[in-house]
Amino acid sequence: MKLSRAEVEHIAELAKLGLTEEEKKKFCEQLSAILEYAEVLQQLDTEAIPPTATVLPLQNVMRPDKVAPSFPREDILANAPDVAEGCFRVRAILE
Amino acid sequence: MKYEAIIGMEVHAELLTRSKMFCSCSAAFFGAEPNTLTCPVCTGMPGVLPVINRKAVEYTIMTALALNCEIAEASVFSRKNYFYPDLPKSYQISMYDLPLSENGWLEIEVDGNSRRIGIERVHLEEDTAKLFHVGGYSLVDFNRSGVPLMEIVSRPDMRSADEAYAYLIKLRQILRYLGVSSGDMEKGAMRCEANVSLRPVGSAEYGTKVEVKNLNSFRSVKLALDYEIRRQSRILDERGNIEQVTMGWDEDRGVTVVQRSKEYAHDYRYFPEPDLPPLSISREWVEEIKAKLPELPDARRDRFVAEYGLPAYDAGVLTADKAVADYFEACVRAYPQAKTISNWIGGELFRLLKEAETGIEEVKVTPAALAELLTLVEKGTINQNTAKAVLGEMFRSGRAAAEIVAEEGLAQISDADELGPVIDEVIAAHPDEVAAYRAGKERLLGWFVGQVMKATRGKANPQLVTSLLKEKLQRRQ
Repeated sequence: MKLSRAEVEHIAELAKLGLTEEEKKKFCEQLSAILEYAEVLQQLDTEAIPPTATVLPLQNVMRPDKVAPSFPREDILANAPDVAEGCFRVRAILE
Repeated sequence: MKYEAIIGMEVHAELLTRSKMFCSCSAAFFGAEPNTLTCPVCTGMPGVLPVINRKAVEYTIMTALALNCEIAEASVFSRKNYFYPDLPKSYQISMYDLPLSENGWLEIEVDGNSRRIGIERVHLEEDTAKLFHVGGYSLVDFNRSGVPLMEIVSRPDMRSADEAYAYLIKLRQILRYLGVSSGDMEKGAMRCEANVSLRPVGSAEYGTKVEVKNLNSFRSVKLALDYEIRRQSRILDERGNIEQVTMGWDEDRGVTVVQRSKEYAHDYRYFPEPDLPPLSISREWVEEIKAKLPELPDARRDRFVAEYGLPAYDAGVLTADKAVADYFEACVRAYPQAKTISNWIGGELFRLLKEAETGIEEVKVTPAALAELLTLVEKGTINQNTAKAVLGEMFRSGRAAAEIVAEEGLAQISDADELGPVIDEVIAAHPDEVAAYRAGKERLLGWFVGQVMKATRGKANPQLVTSLLKEKLQRRQ
């Protein structure tokens, strides 16, 4: 299965990546190769195997509804690119 | 042409858990200083691990049961991927192909007709951060990020704005009865989006649907849907095409405006959340939750009719809000005359609450205090009108009825010897009216009663005044 150029551009757009012409060509080939490998796996007979969302032998890992202290605000804001009024400040967002 | 509206609703409700969905930060963010209820998990720092809040799962199952849904045996959280500054991980942990529950229904009543509205699914996810737009920048407050959010998706079963409104009211009523969400739309604890399409009456095919957002109050839901139905009818009448778009309700202008067209349609690339092991919901747990379900609004309304002999209307008014229904039942325990209590709650007390813009949870008049007041009326210590004034004072100060009556000398005058001279004075002061009454204008009796009440500052026993007046007016004839 070969991915089209338009599909690669769409995926790049969803991931907010700006790709050069050269990269588009390169990822088109690489992503197509991954899909081809998936096609090989799809030939396996999985009729008797239930679908799973995890590879770990775990389920129902939950915690009680208890509040613990939050982090100091200055620690949380320490990584912010910009801060104002106790908030992370980012460029204006337009819908 | 005549069209039929097809409306489906998506409702998001913040759950009243103490802590957030996947971390132990407090979920009670309302009014907190920005970013003071945050940690590396709810701000999406690399390398952290989310852990499911068991209570949030329980609340969702509770709601699903109350909405007659089937509870899944296996449920899996998924990542919904998109970029937005209110979403620090660039994905929202939500549910996709294996939600906690599906296939339920909710009964609504519009114009006396009951209808079942299908529930497609009830699932669990996390809320996003809050954005403020100031001076060319956007500020992000992560206090709300990660608060448990329940999504309730209806089937497209509603046929009018009134039905959509009734659905929302009913849904909020159930959420509040369950105690799982405040359902407060003005505070954003309950948010809704509607899908609206039209089709010619009789047609089986669906038309193009339009999503309506920014519905911040029950009132705006009704107004926006009415507007949108009219807008689409007009386009169809002019043989135009409905575009598949997202519209936002502009409350100030009273119109819906295009927010986003289909070309930006999201491709969320859902996949199972690898950080959260799947949920296996045992039937024992479901039964345990079912056993804890409180009596729901419809059942309680029917019981009020059967147990207290109330008219259906009264029962509906009293059970609309769980706190009111609880208050009513506490009053009945203290003063077992259900209809009298219903009249006082639905009349005077509601009027006082409305005037003070407050809720019954805040009321200073305890059920025992209201019972005491009604006992004073029953014994004839005070009359109905005085009781209304006393209730107003009790409502403001929280003082006991007997105390107010004693201190302000409001006790009813039921003594004929005391009332006699007052009546004589009134009669003597109004010879013209007395003559008119005697000439057959019997309607004046009420006016005389009013004069006596005025002279006694409203304290006279009205029945006694009426009979004494009749007697005295006739005697001189």
